[in-house]
Amino acid sequence: MSNNRWRTVDIVVAAVLGVAFGVVFWAWGLLYNGPADAIPLPARTLLYGVWLLPAVLGALVIRKPGAALFTETVAALVSVAFGTSWGWTLVLQGPLEGLGAELVFALFAYRVYRLPVAALAGAVAGLVAALYDVLYWYPGNSWASFGVPYLALTAASSLVIAGGGGWLLTRALVNTGVLDRFPAGRERPAV
Amino acid sequence: MTLSAVMVRSSAPLARRNPVAKLVAATVFAVGVLATLDPLTPALAIAAELVLLPLFGVGYGTLLRRGWPLLLSVFGVVLTTILFGANRDGASVFAVGPIDVTTGVLTVALGLALRLVALALPGIMVFATTDPTDLADALVQNARAPARFAIGTLAAFRLVPLLGQEWQALRMARRARGVDAGGNPVAAARLFAGTVFALLVGAIRRGTRLATAMDARGFDSGTPRTHAREQTFTRADWLFLVGAVLLTAAILTVSIATGTFRPVLG
Amino acid sequence: MGAVELRGFGWRHAGRKAWAVRGVDLSIERGERVLLLGPSGAGKSTLLAALAGLLADDSGEREGTAEIDGLDTRKARERVGIVFQDPATQLVMSRVGDDVAFGLENRGVPRAELWPRVADALDAVGLTHPLDRPTHALSGGEQQRLALAGVLALRPDLLLLDEPTANLDPAGASLVRSSLNAAVSRETTVIMVEHRLAEVVPFVDRVVVLAAGGGVVASGPPARVFGEHGAALAADGIWVPGQPLPAPRRATAAPGEVLVTADRVALAQRLAPTDLSVRAGEALAVLGPNGVGKSTLALMLGGLLRPGAGRVVASAVLARDDAARPPHRWRAADLTARIGSVFQNPEHQFVASTVRAELAVGPRRLGRPLAVVDELLDRLHLDHLARANPYTLSGGEARRLSVATALASAPRLLVLDEPTFGQDRRTWVELVALLADLRDEGHGVLAVTHDPALVEALADRRLELAP
Repeated sequence: MSNNRWRTVDIVVAAVLGVAFGVVFWAWGLLYNGPADAIPLPARTLLYGVWLLPAVLGALVIRKPGAALFTETVAALVSVAFGTSWGWTLVLQGPLEGLGAELVFALFAYRVYRLPVAALAGAVAGLVAALYDVLYWYPGNSWASFGVPYLALTAASSLVIAGGGGWLLTRALVNTGVLDRFPAGRERPAV
Repeated sequence: MTLSAVMVRSSAPLARRNPVAKLVAATVFAVGVLATLDPLTPALAIAAELVLLPLFGVGYGTLLRRGWPLLLSVFGVVLTTILFGANRDGASVFAVGPIDVTTGVLTVALGLALRLVALALPGIMVFATTDPTDLADALVQNARAPARFAIGTLAAFRLVPLLGQEWQALRMARRARGVDAGGNPVAAARLFAGTVFALLVGAIRRGTRLATAMDARGFDSGTPRTHAREQTFTRADWLFLVGAVLLTAAILTVSIATGTFRPVLG
Repeated sequence: MGAVELRGFGWRHAGRKAWAVRGVDLSIERGERVLLLGPSGAGKSTLLAALAGLLADDSGEREGTAEIDGLDTRKARERVGIVFQDPATQLVMSRVGDDVAFGLENRGVPRAELWPRVADALDAVGLTHPLDRPTHALSGGEQQRLALAGVLALRPDLLLLDEPTANLDPAGASLVRSSLNAAVSRETTVIMVEHRLAEVVPFVDRVVVLAAGGGVVASGPPARVFGEHGAALAADGIWVPGQPLPAPRRATAAPGEVLVTADRVALAQRLAPTDLSVRAGEALAVLGPNGVGKSTLALMLGGLLRPGAGRVVASAVLARDDAARPPHRWRAADLTARIGSVFQNPEHQFVASTVRAELAVGPRRLGRPLAVVDELLDRLHLDHLARANPYTLSGGEARRLSVATALASAPRLLVLDEPTFGQDRRTWVELVALLADLRDEGHGVLAVTHDPALVEALADRRLELAP
């Protein structure tokens, strides 16, 4: 679509996706920091991609500049409002991750929303998130045994879960008909 | 799922500050704390936060109820640092297999744990005392945020309690269909994903209808909106901001003067 | 003002082969009150959306013209107000006063003028709550009154009502109707879509009937239209006043063994201690006002919610070797083989991506043959939808599917929460016949309901929960 102006339905649905993921993050956070603590970092980052899903999903559904940034930011803010364990830093980290994904979609001029682009967007968002973590949370840790594996595993996890997962999720949502008012929904064969 | 996002309605002096002022103050404070890796700075920040808490009208009990997930991540960060920390200076305190836990590692871990707490408290203080409607109004009126995005997000946020109820209904409906995890983690993950999907379908459907209803009441008409509720940014709000900057500076000064300051970048 | 003129109007949603509405020629005078009827899928809601100027050019294809006071509907939006079905998705703000103010803000009404208009609109619909009352604390009927106030505050010349009482219990629906009677002036043109007609007919001057394939079939005073077309409309699923329902069916045999017993079950804030038992081969209706805990009781009997106090006991007939444990502790697969729960919202229960796969979930979990899937597709007239995504079904189809999924694992006891809610006449008749058949085959049927016609047509016994 050439029209880049956000319709009301774009704004509200992107925000709803963000809000829903804020709620999901709240539940996921308890899991990630609770039972999953049994898997020590950096291996635990294999589950990291879930945090970046809203960025990719938002962009694939809305297909407008700023969708990845906006959706991920709302998700981060909502999870802060509910009391996430990472606290205020998400107010910075959320938008940065969103920007990471945004950059990839911008690189393709907001015209390509196929699987490889989604995967790349997920990976870049994950890379940004991991860099932030390593610099701010684990600066004293060794790069060789911690930093580099952390970056690589997070990017891989984000590529698969956020990128591939976001793409699959969008396709499944298209099939339910709830995206009929969005360009993604129009790619379904006419019924 | 029960969400603990309960608002504290308070007329305490700092709770009443403009929401934008609170957001900016919390961010200034958080960036200040983030700038250094030593344990002293966040410890001072936490002390300041705990002293200020009553001025926000937030009780210590409320803080605990809202803040407990924090303790989980404190545990995670400490564990990770002990396992992977590069700094192995200082005397060995104890060893776990091949991992030598030294005073150096413990100091770093303590610093990180304190940072985590120091950064989380401002979020709790701001969001526990800020009504979402006031926040959206203030963002539009005092920070010139685009009204369509601020109000559109606010409208979406109103669906949260509905989503919470929906989550419970979806879990029960799945059990009624014979779908449960029965202690199998893979089945549990699939159940979680399936429930999230159903939640998203319902949420998008609701969002689409809500957007239509908003447009039907002229939300996208292009007419400049007026504001039914006025948010003002007063001198007290400026003073509050200046206070936050001064407090942050004071804490950093103490940590530099005592020689503990360790900048995160560089 | 508020005169409507449609000439050859049609609309096709993007991505659809069929036109949602087509070939509509219609003139409505200022101040007229029109009830728009038609079978499900005739495009009534689409037509209202078009009149409200809500069909964006990029979301479909338009033909013919639609005008309000000589203006294209897309340019006449300020003259039109619309109230939708679901209160939860048309209230925008979280406080009563702010929600009414929302539309006025959008229209640029200055603050000094705005709050008096909010007060007037709330007054007109009879809402006396303080302005800062949270909207989620209102009942469904009150929320819908609030939605009406938010629209009336904008002083529309044309008021569109898209099934405004369909999501409400009888008490809430009557609240909304009395507000409409009191608050809508005779100068305002009203076009209304509604399924349950008996109650709204006194409010309207004219009935317009749309055909499923397009065009207007009939138009005129209610008495004449119902007189000439009543039987045909009823056959199309419309609840025409005065059209008789099939004769009630009672159990053909005496009830059999007790299947499940509730012994003083209760839950704090939600259900007072309640006793109840359901036998094989009987249909029990549970009645009572909103908030009395009917759905909570259904969840407990369905083994989905643990009682706060008291206990649910399944008999050995139902539970076989599991009778020592309460249903909420059973494995999910065992539960579906014994008790089938049908939720009020069918979509909550969908877990698969096609209708056929949805029906196979239960048998597969139990390791049973899948032959039952085809039987059920046939019995509930879902065969032509076997490959459709469950979420794309219409309300009636989704309801039939949710009942079918419960039957797929052949439970002895069926627990249904408002099974006829919002259904058109045709689905209603089919559903009641199906439940009566199941009862006569020896199933126990428990239905929580507000629907007096369902109780009349099916129930052998009724239990009235008191607040």
